[in-house]
Amino acid sequence: MTAVSIEIAAKTFPASGGAPARRLYADFSLEVADQSFTALLGPSGLGKTTLLNLIAGVDRDFEGRVAFSREEPRIGYAFQSPRLLPWRTVLENVTLPLPKTAASLTRALGLLTEMGLGDAADVYPERLSLGMQRRVALARAFALEPDLLLMDEPFVSLDEANADRLRDLLAELIARRPTTVLFVTHDSREAVRLADRLVVLAGPPVRVEQDVAVTLTPEQRTMPGEVDRFREASLGLRRGAVA
Amino acid sequence: MAFAGRLGWSALSLGVFVALWWIAALVVDSRLLPDPPTVVRALVVAAETGELIFNLLVTLARVAASFAIAMLVGSALGILLGLSRTADRLLSPWVVLFLNLPALVIIILAYVWFGLNESAAILAVAINKIPNVAVTLREGAVALSRDLAEMARIYRFGRWKTLRHVILPQLAPFFAAAARSGLALVWKIVLVVELLGRPNGVGFELQSSFQLFDVATILAYALAFGMIVQAIELGLIQPWERAANRWRR
Repeated sequence: MTAVSIEIAAKTFPASGGAPARRLYADFSLEVADQSFTALLGPSGLGKTTLLNLIAGVDRDFEGRVAFSREEPRIGYAFQSPRLLPWRTVLENVTLPLPKTAASLTRALGLLTEMGLGDAADVYPERLSLGMQRRVALARAFALEPDLLLMDEPFVSLDEANADRLRDLLAELIARRPTTVLFVTHDSREAVRLADRLVVLAGPPVRVEQDVAVTLTPEQRTMPGEVDRFREASLGLRRGAVA
Repeated sequence: MAFAGRLGWSALSLGVFVALWWIAALVVDSRLLPDPPTVVRALVVAAETGELIFNLLVTLARVAASFAIAMLVGSALGILLGLSRTADRLLSPWVVLFLNLPALVIIILAYVWFGLNESAAILAVAINKIPNVAVTLREGAVALSRDLAEMARIYRFGRWKTLRHVILPQLAPFFAAAARSGLALVWKIVLVVELLGRPNGVGFELQSSFQLFDVATILAYALAFGMIVQAIELGLIQPWERAANRWRR
């Protein structure tokens, strides 16, 4: 539970390996409200992951500031790849970021069971399918009870059925325990399904091209027809377009 | 089952070796190539006087001390070289220099500069081994995953948790490789150090036997020490490696 205020005066990737220096951000700003679910849309390679890394504080090499409405917010981050520790069991992966208490353990086990991973708690991650590994990564992010949840295309390279199941699970978890979410994707259908605000980015340097509130009810979001109609109306996309 | 199978193959392989040795000894028929029973008798004689055990323990203590120092210093140095490009540029020529310095030169210089004492002996062995460990661990440190390091930072693992759950497991195979080649190298060099400047230990005994052309005793000591090193490999290093690797598919 935290609002985020992002102001990037300049963020440049230095030239390396023959590639010229690239100016990713210049005078960019974005306000994210407390307990909002914001989807960041845009073509790949634009710098969306970089934006999440600036917010998470792992990339400090930029001019500008990222401010949170509460000090030291707990941040959960679902990366593009699961980034689990292969030499620790599923349960250990979920509990490692948590304080070492019985309550943490109970919460982790509860989450894993809900996500259909109850039997896999003592298994090493590399023995699981990619879909299951992504669920573990999601459980790790949620078990933390984050104030801010950063998600970087967490359902990419999954088959549609699996991805859909995970989207429903995510919607349910957030409904139960509201938190601020920043969700990077290039799939506008997924964005409309989950988010209450779409921010379409273009560039470089990155600028906000469209900023749309999603007004669908939770029921409408589960109906593909409604989702497509909203995409058409708000983003100006033809029905069935891939973007 | 797999363990029994491996043991079976080892036994067969060693059996063939002993058989070849025995045949060669029968053909040559000389005091300078004793047959296996003669060596075993020499082993029993040395064991009964208590000399064998004493010298083995002395040598093992030296091996343990110099091995521990070399692993500790070498790992720290290697990880530093892997993580810091400046340190690597500055120090890696030294590492290459020491890597290629003959063991004998280091031993002689250590004895000349620090005297014929225990510290000089252990130091000389450790210095011989440190560059090997450093080079191996440098590879490990260079290959450390940045993705996992970022994950650990975002999830606020802290120093100790990051080291224990993120860094060390990634370095484990490199530690194992360094330890294995290290053990073999260290115990060979310890014998040379003992031969040149210590009044006890397996190396010293070998020298005494050499002056008497007592080949049976030389082989008896080699046999005893070989078995101990084999036991360390089978009893310590391999089980640890299996435990560290049980997560692999």
